[in-house]
Amino acid sequence: MRIAVCIKQVPDTREVKLDPVTNNLIRDGVPSIINMDDKSGLEMAIRLKEKHGGTVTVFTMGPPQADLALREALAMGCDKAYLISAREFGGSDTYATGYIIANAMRKVEEEEGAFDLFITGRQAIDGDTAQVGPQIAENLGVPQISYAEGIEINGDVVTVKRQYEDRYHIIEVGMPCLLTAIQELAEPRYMHAGLIVDAYNTEIPVIDFAALESRIDKTTIGNAGSPTNVVRSFTKQPKGQGIKYDNVGPDEAVKIIMDKMIERHII
Amino acid sequence: MKTSNTAEFKNFYVICEQRDNKVQKVSYELIGEATKLAAAYKEETGKDEKVIAVVLGDDVQPVCQSLLDHGADEAIYIEDPMLKEYVTEPYVKACVQLIEEKKPNVVLFGASSIGRDLAPRTASRVHTGLTADCTKLTMEMDDKYPGKSVNEVLLHMTRPAFGGNIMATILIRHHRPQMATVRPGVMQLIDVVPNKPGKIEEYKVEFVPEDMNVKIVEVLKEGHKAVDITEAKYLVSGGRGIGSADFYNELRKVADLLGGEISSSRANVDAGWIEKSRQVGQTGKTVRPDLYMACGISGAIQHLAGMDQSEYIIAINKNDSAPIFEVADLGVVGDVKVIIPKLIDALAKYKEAEANA
Amino acid sequence: MDFKLSKTHQLQQEMYRRFAENEVKPLAEDMDETEVYDMELLAKMHKYGIMGIPYSKEYGGVGGDYLSYTLAMEEMSKVDGSTGITISVHTSLCCGAIDAFGTEEQKQKFLRPLVDGSATGCYGLTEPGAGSDAAGVQTQAVYDEATDEWVVNGGKVFTTNSAFADYCVLIAMTDRNLGTKGMVALIVDLKSEGVTISQNIKRMGIRAAQNCEVTYENVRVPNANLLGKVGQGFKIAMKALDGGRIGIAAQSVGLAQGALDQAIEYVKDRKQFGRPIAAFQTTQFKIADMQTKIDAARLLTWRAAVAKDNHENYTAPAAMAKLFASDVANYVCREAVQLMGGYGYCREYAVERNLRDAKITEIYEGTSEVMKMVIAGSLNLKK
Repeated sequence: MRIAVCIKQVPDTREVKLDPVTNNLIRDGVPSIINMDDKSGLEMAIRLKEKHGGTVTVFTMGPPQADLALREALAMGCDKAYLISAREFGGSDTYATGYIIANAMRKVEEEEGAFDLFITGRQAIDGDTAQVGPQIAENLGVPQISYAEGIEINGDVVTVKRQYEDRYHIIEVGMPCLLTAIQELAEPRYMHAGLIVDAYNTEIPVIDFAALESRIDKTTIGNAGSPTNVVRSFTKQPKGQGIKYDNVGPDEAVKIIMDKMIERHII
Repeated sequence: MKTSNTAEFKNFYVICEQRDNKVQKVSYELIGEATKLAAAYKEETGKDEKVIAVVLGDDVQPVCQSLLDHGADEAIYIEDPMLKEYVTEPYVKACVQLIEEKKPNVVLFGASSIGRDLAPRTASRVHTGLTADCTKLTMEMDDKYPGKSVNEVLLHMTRPAFGGNIMATILIRHHRPQMATVRPGVMQLIDVVPNKPGKIEEYKVEFVPEDMNVKIVEVLKEGHKAVDITEAKYLVSGGRGIGSADFYNELRKVADLLGGEISSSRANVDAGWIEKSRQVGQTGKTVRPDLYMACGISGAIQHLAGMDQSEYIIAINKNDSAPIFEVADLGVVGDVKVIIPKLIDALAKYKEAEANA
Repeated sequence: MDFKLSKTHQLQQEMYRRFAENEVKPLAEDMDETEVYDMELLAKMHKYGIMGIPYSKEYGGVGGDYLSYTLAMEEMSKVDGSTGITISVHTSLCCGAIDAFGTEEQKQKFLRPLVDGSATGCYGLTEPGAGSDAAGVQTQAVYDEATDEWVVNGGKVFTTNSAFADYCVLIAMTDRNLGTKGMVALIVDLKSEGVTISQNIKRMGIRAAQNCEVTYENVRVPNANLLGKVGQGFKIAMKALDGGRIGIAAQSVGLAQGALDQAIEYVKDRKQFGRPIAAFQTTQFKIADMQTKIDAARLLTWRAAVAKDNHENYTAPAAMAKLFASDVANYVCREAVQLMGGYGYCREYAVERNLRDAKITEIYEGTSEVMKMVIAGSLNLKK
């Protein structure tokens, strides 16, 4: 079985803080990590490989530094890694990103054989869109099952436990298909120390614009080709400060809270 | 689709979500929001565009009146046994056909686990833009960004990004329809007008068996707690400061006395103290209850992103410099483990007195 | 000269850090209280290669180097000194001796399982009467020609990892008249008949490490398990300790950095006299001193590791690293507790454990006094 996994290198937005004075983002020192949902998908792919045999090929689209995320994926147990990177791809929105990644995967398929299963994370913690997975699937023309919380494979049939807010669907789908992983899908393993050493002895091919030029429409990629444009970004203004009681005993605190709740007709 | 003739795209469509033929609250919120957008659009352009609610399912005609009651000018239903439970391909096919034929100006979806599956694939197939998880929508003239502006009244879509740390406003200029998914619980319902008149019509989509490219073997509703903290009027929320999983029992008592629910910060979910479905914040749920009582929650920005729009926020925390106090309407510096048991007593006494009065 | 870690070292450091934070740290307090090392944790360390870092892939190891091993030692010791010594004794002393002196056959038979994650090792030199004066070893090995075996009798103390280890590199006397030249190093299967392992010895620090008395009563060891030649035992023991000291230096750096990190977190939060104590210059100066000393210790440690990786003489660099780093660990841990005051002294915070764990770094694998002997010995002080 040939599995393709798509990951994204993201700033660990949990570590981002706002400068209390300027209200600007403090980006310095924020570590880059493999997006959590993607890492869970990566883990699942490696487990499926261990169980059913085959290979795991990992893709990421991003700047040259995203190479680190691919090394980490190799050190977890992936077999091959590709970096999709070009100036022309910069500023792509989800539509354009899905289009580029799907075409890069198709190119690799032509050279190395078709993939049976595609796995992406549900959403990235920096963009939080959850759109790229389904949009890759659309461009590949394969069925998608997003929010996968469980995956099993029997012969050619993939059985997925698909999470909704109020229910699960147990879905059967044939291969090839694309699944988007949520964090609950599989607790990622650590990198293996020995595989880290191997990962830095492996060459990671770059799929650049020239490699895809013959198969993509240049007018639909990058900042200019993307249907959506970010026109403004700003930090949120915190809500005005309320009343704070600093030096009150517990009984007084309870009284203050009760009074407020009565005043506001909460009770 | 990419177009130079944006004028031929008209009306505000809301793709409504039903589960077991019950329309989800987020759809009503979107209809309410769409009526405001249509009004703003009229004010800016003089053009009168309709709010059209679309519902897909099996035997969903009966819910259409409620879509009108919540503010839609028209309701469209698409029916087929294939649409009974949500499945990506039949739903995408129906939406794409509808969009290509009706040419909407704007299409809104709920940013639920259904909308976030359906909308991106639909957007890709019709080749248009889609903005995820919006928290604010406005219709404004696009004339503020020299060189790029198209001088049309466009949907300005604002959404949190970067883990809730920044907000971004996004436009779709050269493609139509302008599509967005909108976070549940963010937009407000408008007043319901029972039996409001309006056109209800069926839209026909021909399905072939191949459209059902996956098989739903089972629908499991157990094992999933039915609680939905976004629907709760009052939330009593626990953070790391509550000290142990057991203390949620105390918070539960407060919530029960108020008629609310308990919720949590991320740390306690990660620690396994409480289920993920109760997590508030960037990676959890966005809530805007009438009361949000933050107990021992320091207020990391990721948490604030999910609750700072609450009507009234009470924060109890030992650390007087906790960021939660910056968004709290009422802050009390103190130990939740001491204050909460006393609050339970006070609430119980109050309730009893009220009952006897 | 470049003081920056290579990319592969950086990624290894990141991996060790995550492992330490998520796997070791949550268990450390409990292991210290109960004085029992968590066997699942040991299994996980084996699984991820942490027990075979500087050994060749040819034998199933990680294919890393001594520098990467010091990175692992520092990260683990930041959160738990006991884990540091557990890794170190296995890696530097047991595997190190076999890697340096074992035959190809011995490496396949013993080094492979030790570094590929299937077995754990320990090292038996210290005896009640043989500490700094290692030549005082009483344990006897007598060659039995009839069976081509060695028969071992005697007892060792403070054999770290012995409670759960599979193999021990044991130093025994064959000919007392020859002194340090009359010893052998044997690889002993600890499941052999006649081996008795005591309860964990009660100690001040590194309490979770399994540090027992091991007695040998007519234990028969095949001659095939003889490391090096007859008479080389002492040399093998000392060579292993040279490498071990780099590990202990890294452990010391970890204990110090771990304590300082906690203290820094604390002083930023703790308010006295109306402001965080981090705002007081006396606090800031103290922390500046602490971090400077830690950095110096780390650089000495890395220098020794790189010397070993480059096959240069590393005896004195290793001794200097251990001498300095162990002193820094004790200084920094003590000051960290001081910065945190009463809370630092409480077991609720881990700095008191770092302080207790730090003391041993000045004692084992050669005391600070022995380090000075080694360093002085390298300086040609005799006219």
